[in-house]
Amino acid sequence: MSMNMIKLVVFKRFERVWHWSQMALIFTLLFSGSAVYGVNSLMGFADAVTLHTWAAMILIVLWLFATFWLLTTGQWKHYMPTTKHFIEVARYYAFGIFKGEHHPYKKTFGRKHNPLQAMTYLLVKTIIFPAIWLSGIPYLLISFGMGGFLNDLGVGNIALVHTAAAIAITVFVIAHVYLLTTGHSFVEHVKPMITGYDDVEVTDEELAYIKADEPDLIKHNS
Amino acid sequence: MYNSSFTCRHLIRPLSLLLCFLHLSVVQASEPEVEMGISEYSKTDQGHASKNNKGKTQKESTSTTDHSKLEALKGPFFSGPEVTKVCLECHNTAGHQFMNNKHWTWDYKHPKTGQHLGKSVLINNFCTNARGNEGMCAQCHAGYNMTDSNFDFTNQNNMDCLICHESTGTYYKTPTSQGNEACSIMFAGKPAIEWEKVAQSVQMPSRNNCGKCHFYGGGGDNVKHGDLSSVLFDPAKDVDVHMSEQGEAFTCVTCHVGEAHEWAGSRYEMTVHDEVGTGKPGMPRETASCESCHSASPHPIDTVTGVKLNSHTSKVACETCHIPEIARGGVATEVDWDWRTMGKLKNGEGFKLKEYTQGDGHHRATYKSIKGNFTYAENLQPMYAWFDGTMNYTTIKTQFDPAKGPIDINSFSGSASDPGSRIYPFKKMHTTQPYDKGNNTLVYMSLWGNDDSALWGNYDFGKAIAAGMKKNGIPYSGEWGYIETLSYWPVNHMVAPKEGAMECSQCHTKEGRLSHLDDGSIYLPGTQKNKLLNIIGLLAIFGTLAGVLGHGALRMVATRMRKK
Repeated sequence: MSMNMIKLVVFKRFERVWHWSQMALIFTLLFSGSAVYGVNSLMGFADAVTLHTWAAMILIVLWLFATFWLLTTGQWKHYMPTTKHFIEVARYYAFGIFKGEHHPYKKTFGRKHNPLQAMTYLLVKTIIFPAIWLSGIPYLLISFGMGGFLNDLGVGNIALVHTAAAIAITVFVIAHVYLLTTGHSFVEHVKPMITGYDDVEVTDEELAYIKADEPDLIKHNS
Repeated sequence: MYNSSFTCRHLIRPLSLLLCFLHLSVVQASEPEVEMGISEYSKTDQGHASKNNKGKTQKESTSTTDHSKLEALKGPFFSGPEVTKVCLECHNTAGHQFMNNKHWTWDYKHPKTGQHLGKSVLINNFCTNARGNEGMCAQCHAGYNMTDSNFDFTNQNNMDCLICHESTGTYYKTPTSQGNEACSIMFAGKPAIEWEKVAQSVQMPSRNNCGKCHFYGGGGDNVKHGDLSSVLFDPAKDVDVHMSEQGEAFTCVTCHVGEAHEWAGSRYEMTVHDEVGTGKPGMPRETASCESCHSASPHPIDTVTGVKLNSHTSKVACETCHIPEIARGGVATEVDWDWRTMGKLKNGEGFKLKEYTQGDGHHRATYKSIKGNFTYAENLQPMYAWFDGTMNYTTIKTQFDPAKGPIDINSFSGSASDPGSRIYPFKKMHTTQPYDKGNNTLVYMSLWGNDDSALWGNYDFGKAIAAGMKKNGIPYSGEWGYIETLSYWPVNHMVAPKEGAMECSQCHTKEGRLSHLDDGSIYLPGTQKNKLLNIIGLLAIFGTLAGVLGHGALRMVATRMRKK
């Protein structure tokens, strides 16, 4: 089975819009949220609450779309955990990277994330983000006077989970941005999320399929 | 202190005419002054009331009766009871109605605590007790001839209709009994009351009627409450949005709605959580809470802030945010009263030392021979506590442990876990006053009288207490001492316009106004209260940063080494 390296659309338009607007919203939420918590005095409390609430509501809508998109397009498969190449990638970040080795992982048609990346995103999607919503939405409901049934939980406990989740997101953001500097270059990593195209290793069969059924995925040099 | 200021005046005077002129033009008579005598009529008292009575917006009366045209009110009258008798001829159920009113009975049985309260029995930490001193204190009794504690509460002719209903501003009351000789000039020099004129002027109570007593509670302008002062006769909008002519121009009875001579609002049993809510138009309200007009969701919900503010009302009283400071508008309130210095005289005569100049330029007595030392405050941040509306009083019957520090003259219940409680603002008053050292109780003092026991004139606590206790049949050990007391006055008035309400960040910050209530029973964002979470957060975030920076640094070092 021979492998072909071609430029393909790996991040669809929706996914790119989702990613960047989610990035903007998360930064807004971290900034305003830290002002609400009191560790950032760059904005007033009332403004911070207003901004945080609006950004959160927009992100909720965005997430509803994204979840629908992931489920209906089958893109969720990219996030399923796998052991394939896991050790190699981990070994690369721990040792290989210092020796000037190339990143061992190549994007494939069915796997646009390396196994470590996929596992991280899965953790973010299944634990950290749900924690932020499972605490944030009740908090919003209480704020909107519809949270009577949540009184037993206590706003303090809800806020505790919410803040802890926000700390976890901050940690993720730091690591995520740092990892963009690994491998080829920062630009090489960011560019696909802007243009959508990246080098993907495909089998002959996959190439034949793409050419026949999804020719739009292939970048044509104009 | 007193000496230096006195000398100062004498030094300044010859210095320069110009200086004096400038000085006077800024604030009239701004020098602290010593005033001989113990007169209790301060310049502010009637001055404000009559000034306001000329009022800019005297609204035309909507009453169906013009009392000035009534034959029966033509007189002549020579006393208050004569007027009352005529009033009750037409208003023939008014006397019966008023018979149960606290302004008449000075008596209140608390429905929850069962305590026997009211002015006739209570001791406060201002002038202490009205009981036994009715001769002086009954100037604010809505009745005539209450000279002692044996007043006949069944005689309707002794009701004082005029004090609440006259509208000329010329009506006044004087002590009902002779005080000490030293006090004889206390109330001298008032023009005689023109009974026919005041009788014909009757109308619904205006703020002058209520204010004459309620703005001067505790012995002077704003002394007691902090949120009830002569400023409210004509307040600027930023002082009181409801009562200002530039605001709603409400009178007291706009909120304290009455029906059958009983009206809403009591600080013995307060409504901090109004379950009745907004009434229908024209409906008499039995509560005078903010919510009874504004509802429990008063903020417009077209902004996140409005929605969020509405979610505060189940925990925070409206007053807490909307009355950010008390004693606003230029009239100070007393925050400390020290009775221990009572009785200093100059050449055998009582005096006042006026060393506090308040915002409106008036001097307030920081020392009075008959009362001791005072400390004032203006634009004062209230004290905040959980309050369910129920007040408990230390009465003459209450025994306390003096070793346990300041005694609460009144204490209140309420907690974060009680859905009926709200975080409420209070004015806190601290006093050092006499008590019965043997029995560990408060004392009734004889303050007013023309015998040798009355404190005001004789300046002897021992005699005043012995007489006060004996007069009322209260056991007295014969030994007295001083005790520190505290009293708490719920704040409801001087509501600022919405621009003047508290900012979120005044509570939602590390050392905010409610920090002392942030004990885990509530969650107050913005305080970074959870120390463990703070540490975990710092470790996680800075740990990750250090991790990636370390990783990055190692990569750079490795790259450089490879290039060599």
